[in-house]
Amino acid sequence: MNKIKQTKKQLSDISNSEYKYGFKTDIDEFRLPNGLNENIIKSISKIKDEPKWLLDFRLKAYSKWKKMKEPNWQNLNYPKIDFNDICYYSSPKKKKLKSLDEVDPELLKTYDKLGIPLDEQKMLSNVAVDAVFDSVSIATTFKDTLKKAGVIFCSFSEAVIKYPKLVREYLGTVVPSIDNYYAALNSAVFSDGSFVYIPKNTKCPMELSTYFRINAANTGQFERTLIIADDNSYVSYLEGCTAPMRDENQLHAAIVELITLDNAEIKYSTVQNWYPGDKNGKGGIYNFVTKRGHCKGDNSKISWTQIETGSSLTWKYPSCILRGNNSIGEFYSVALSNNYQQADTGTKMIHLGKNTKSTIISKGISTGNGQQTYRGEVKIMKNAINSRNFSQCDSILIGNKCGAHTQPYINIKNASSKIEHEATTSKIGEDQLFYCNQRGISTENAISLIINGFCKDVFKKLPMEFAIEAQKLMEISLEGCSVG
Amino acid sequence: MLKINNLNVGVDNKNILKNINLNINKGELHVIMGRNGTGKSTLSNIIAGKEGYNINRGKISYNNKNLLQMSTEDRALNGIFMSFQYPISIPGLNTMHFLRTSVNSIRKHRKKEEYSSGEFIKMFKEKLQLVGLDESFARRSVNNGFSGGEKKRFEILQMLLIEPKLVILDETDSGLDIDALKIVANGINSFKSNNNGFLLITHYYRIIKYLDPDFVHVLLDGKIVESGDQKLALKLEEEGYGWLEK
Repeated sequence: MNKIKQTKKQLSDISNSEYKYGFKTDIDEFRLPNGLNENIIKSISKIKDEPKWLLDFRLKAYSKWKKMKEPNWQNLNYPKIDFNDICYYSSPKKKKLKSLDEVDPELLKTYDKLGIPLDEQKMLSNVAVDAVFDSVSIATTFKDTLKKAGVIFCSFSEAVIKYPKLVREYLGTVVPSIDNYYAALNSAVFSDGSFVYIPKNTKCPMELSTYFRINAANTGQFERTLIIADDNSYVSYLEGCTAPMRDENQLHAAIVELITLDNAEIKYSTVQNWYPGDKNGKGGIYNFVTKRGHCKGDNSKISWTQIETGSSLTWKYPSCILRGNNSIGEFYSVALSNNYQQADTGTKMIHLGKNTKSTIISKGISTGNGQQTYRGEVKIMKNAINSRNFSQCDSILIGNKCGAHTQPYINIKNASSKIEHEATTSKIGEDQLFYCNQRGISTENAISLIINGFCKDVFKKLPMEFAIEAQKLMEISLEGCSVG
Repeated sequence: MLKINNLNVGVDNKNILKNINLNINKGELHVIMGRNGTGKSTLSNIIAGKEGYNINRGKISYNNKNLLQMSTEDRALNGIFMSFQYPISIPGLNTMHFLRTSVNSIRKHRKKEEYSSGEFIKMFKEKLQLVGLDESFARRSVNNGFSGGEKKRFEILQMLLIEPKLVILDETDSGLDIDALKIVANGINSFKSNNNGFLLITHYYRIIKYLDPDFVHVLLDGKIVESGDQKLALKLEEEGYGWLEK
């Protein structure tokens, strides 16, 4: 192929691959009218056949939310959200599915396109998936295998009906319903999500995974995830997200609560690829998420790994409360902002128990007009003697219009604890690319090599298949970026 | 191999190179000497393809192709290698990964088989010894935290791995102690053959005496004012540039 033709082809490949999950599915949906009031909340609760205690939980959160103010301390710029112009519940019409055969074939096709076949035969080996489409959980695969191990993995709505005692005992214990503005909103209107319980002395036999998909227009997605790892248990959990390309912004406000009891471990990985908006910053998902883990038991461990490439706005701080003695909290993050994306993300590590340890590795990449803020807090309380934290926050800039900001807060209340904080900012400059070009490496290849090297410490924390996916995702998200 | 014809180059409104003519054939080593700021690095940047210069007049052909229309990457793939005066550090980019990508891109272009990871490591270790670097370099980031001497030896290492056709050495000897200088000179001599050409830019005779160049040119105020052989370099070392000015 001659050079011009080749370039043309590359260009068209690039523009077509911008956001390959941007299709929408035409499917019959049931939706509540837009707007937020007590009746809407009662309707959601009624549709789901919820017990009274849960409706009360929602209404209490709603009454608090009404009195709360939208936070404005974050480094994000966006027009005011009209919470009455959002639909709080939408679901594909066919309801009460007994098996995958009853799932609308259009829906199965959607998940196929996303690379998540729900058909158990074709499943990724050893990964069980719960797929949440708009507000409703569609299918939970591999149920039988999990059942044998005693693992509960089901939609949140199902858990409320089938395991009310567990849900009631833990719901809102890590993220109280009035924790913050978006958590209160979620607590009032959450529609579905995933529930996991790993019994004592059990290593979950496979990776668990939830796939979230927003399809309907003008719909907010408010899911909750609750994972409980009982004594001596282990689970690795992965969450993925996509949405169609739409000109208007869509709101996603989720809550994730993790609880580990004595000697238990939860590894929670996220590949967040919500629609980021177009090149000019039009459309995209507003991603306001509260994720928190509670290392309740001694020697327990919670590890957050996140790859954040999507959303036009990201506001999330997956955190750990290290209550158990010798408990460990980890946060590994790669966040990328291209075009007009803005991300304000980081973590909180709250050390309460003795000899608790936390590690924070955060890698921010900004390009185009993207803005990145790392915001983190390390708090070591008086009784958390001999505790340790290591934090490393690195930023890389590609181009001249993007920005990187680091806001670490450190608070230590005893003398036997140690913390270390390292931060770097570097820039992929023309000279670096010239150097690579001079060695026969193309600009695109060079950027991807540099970024992969930069993200390596985080990628290697992901389960294998997802590490490869994350790497590809970075390449796609960086395509066409320039240093000039 | 490389033919520079009546080349005039400027930056902004300033003329830097004036009427440069230079032919480099296979098997030849040319040296360009001259004071600071006379356009020596501009010349090497132009050959390598760095942007930001205006070519006001003149041509450069490389193996009968119009060099000035080739991209930097294309020039590299076709055998042009520049050892940088100030190699830039690239934090996070592993040296071994970088080198293998570079060498394999160029091999692919030459329709040679790409090296497997194992083959490459073996060769990498051999060449490391040649330039006196230890194996810990495999784990470091490109030029990141390297001393001045390490950077220059790393450039020579890349030359040995890439096996280019035309090598531009931009002040590769600057900042080297005597031992490092010998190592770098040995590296160059071990690679020099009838199949490749060299352009060395330097201020000093001390590297020239190891390399046995075929031609020495003096660049003053953007012009080549004198050409000769090794004796010219020796004369400059002893007498400076003053005698060349009118």
